[in-house]
This record gives sequence, structure tokens and C-alpha cells, in this order.
Amino acid sequence: MYDVIIIGGGPAGLTAAIYARRANLKTLVLEATACGGQIIITPDIENYPAAMHISGLDFASRLESQANELGAEIKFEEVSGINDRGVEKDVFTDSNTYVGKTVIIATGTNARKLGLPGEEALVGHGVSYCATCDGSFYRGRVVAVNGGGNTALEDALFLSNIAEKVYLIHRRDQFRGDAEVVEKVKAKENIELILNSQVTKLNYDNKLNSIEVTDKDGNKQNLDIGCLFIAIGRTPATKAFANNIKMLDEGYIDGEYCHTNIPGIFVAGDCRNKEVRQLVTAASDGALAVHEVLKLLNN
Amino acid sequence: MNIIEGSQENFEKEVLRANVPVLVDFNASWCPPCRALHPTLEAMAADSDDYKIVTVDVDSEKALAASYDISSIPCLIVFKDGVETDRRIGLQPRKRLEKMLGVR
Repeated sequence: MYDVIIIGGGPAGLTAAIYARRANLKTLVLEATACGGQIIITPDIENYPAAMHISGLDFASRLESQANELGAEIKFEEVSGINDRGVEKDVFTDSNTYVGKTVIIATGTNARKLGLPGEEALVGHGVSYCATCDGSFYRGRVVAVNGGGNTALEDALFLSNIAEKVYLIHRRDQFRGDAEVVEKVKAKENIELILNSQVTKLNYDNKLNSIEVTDKDGNKQNLDIGCLFIAIGRTPATKAFANNIKMLDEGYIDGEYCHTNIPGIFVAGDCRNKEVRQLVTAASDGALAVHEVLKLLNN
Repeated sequence: MNIIEGSQENFEKEVLRANVPVLVDFNASWCPPCRALHPTLEAMAADSDDYKIVTVDVDSEKALAASYDISSIPCLIVFKDGVETDRRIGLQPRKRLEKMLGVR
């Protein structure tokens, strides 16, 4: 039996693993695909204290090495649910059941979808949620980014160095991203801002041909583009726990000090209801959740 | 079995005429999720002879990638008896890849 089973091998989960191992807890991390989570696709991390410049992938692999070196067990299995049996919890994966005294849910978030007809089928044919993966296929072409946060702004900047032109479509007139990045975007000649506007239709046959954009007064225009990069925020990856863990309508798990409604099951990182979702707050949650785990185990 | 590097030259022999299911991973060195996926593919290749894993670099094999209409990576395509039977984009859990190959 594990002292703690951590679901998710991103910055929150792996920081929890580091703290848990330094407290000598028998620790299992369950990761569905690859360690790192959302940070993997970030080309350059510039806001993590003392790290200066590091790619998201390098950051993730260092984090994984650190957790491994300290003796955390990391298994690559997808979790489908938890069962609470009081002092013991069962964690079900696609191939096994693991038993732990405590659980930390650190499953992070997934890219939010626009919810427009055709969107799903067009992934790989003109709709993308990863500019750093797919930008290079649109060298010299016209593309669009939808969103107003740091991810959308960074995507637009990244793409402006590859594409001939980038439309940046945002539903408000102000960006949510850091002022420094906003300035960089505004200084780019080949980024055209389309504010107070939303993408309302995808026009396609077997690939995307154009998008319909509607402004707040209802005026519509069609933009011929090669690809639409969607960066309109994230949704929590907490569906597997919906039957027993209390969450808000959107799926964020609400809990002070990383607690959930079930004693012994904790939450850390971006899937927790909070104001600031950054690498540094994910790491902070990991440490805090283990602190709460220890309080419970030592009682 | 080891991962096989796919190219225009060997694609017919290694993929289309293979006598086991083949998982083809269209990828690039600059694509972070592609690099993150690689250890999973290596482990799968090492663990089983019931299927083959072929990787295709979309930069050095532009024509091959274009012929399969690749514009989003990692793009994972399963071929059985020379026919595409399944295709997924993005990082995938190992179990899902094995399911695509029909080995579990």
C-alpha cells in the first residue's frame, strides 16, 4: 500500500512527489501520457524563479528526473476513478487498481474547445490547440489565433515568425496576458488584432477554408486562413472524479489548503479552484498538499 | 523490436507490406509533445513483436508526410495489411495506442 498516490505527473503532481519522498512516504505517481502536462508545449519559461530561460520540455524532464532520483514510482497509466474506503482509497487505472492511504488529484486542465460544428473533425486539418506543434506547417501562409491570455499572445508571437500574417481574435478589447507580452504583440507588423469579436463559424470541406468572425455589434466578416489556433482557456481534467469529489459547475475542485470533500483525498495545481494558475502556484500546491497529507498520516 | 525510421524509400516495405499491424508516428524534432511521446514508443517497441513502430520525420520526409495529409503532429496512424485503420493526433496513453493496434 502506498502512503500517497498522486494522479497527474505535471508540475503540481511531481512537486508533491518530491516533497512526499523527502518525507519518506511511499509514493506513486500515475501519469496518463508523459510527465510535464501543459508545460511541455511552452517553448520558453521566463517567469519561474531562478530558472531564467528553460524550455517547458526540459523543465518537465528535470522535474521527472528529480522525482525519480528521490525514489518516487512513476507509472504511465490513465486513471478512471477513485473509491473511498475510509483509511484506504482505491485508484483505478486503465490496467490496474492501486491502494493508497491518501490521494492527491493533480490532473490539471485540457484546452477549451470553441464548441463549433466541425471543430473536432478539423483537428489536423486546419484547427489546432498547439501552435508550437503545428505552426511550421503554415510557413508563409495566413493563420489566426483565438484568445486573449498569455497562451494566445505567445502563440501569435511564435506564429508571426513563421506565417505571413496572423490574425489575433479576442472577444474583449483588453488582453488578459502580461503587459510585456501584449506590447510585443502590438509591435509586430504582421499581427492584425481583431478585438471585441468571436469566431462564430468554421467554413470547411475536408479541411478548414475560412472562419466567420462576428463583432459585438453583430457585424460579420470571413477570413481566409490556413489554420485556426485556439487558445481560449482551459477546462479542468476532473471528469474521472465527478461521482465522488465535489466540484464547481466547470469542474474545478474547490478546497482550502488543497482539501476536497473527502478526508485523505487532496487536490493540487490547475484543477483546483483558485485565482492564479501558474507554474509557481502549481509547485506551491504540490508542497502544500503533501503538508496536509503528512498532518493526516501523523495523526 | 527496435523503432524503424520510416522514409519514402522503405515505407512500402516496412509499413504497407508488413505482416503485423504498424503504428506510424509522424513527428519532428522541434515538436515538444512528439519528443515527450518518444519514450512510450521506445518502450512499446522493446516490449512486443506483435506490431511494428515506424517513425517518420516530417521535415526530412516532406513528400511522404504530405501524401498522408499531415498538418498536425504527433500524428499516429495504424496500418493493417497496407490500409490505414486508425489515426489520432497528440500525446496518447500507451494503452490507447495498443488498442489502436488491436493488441489488447
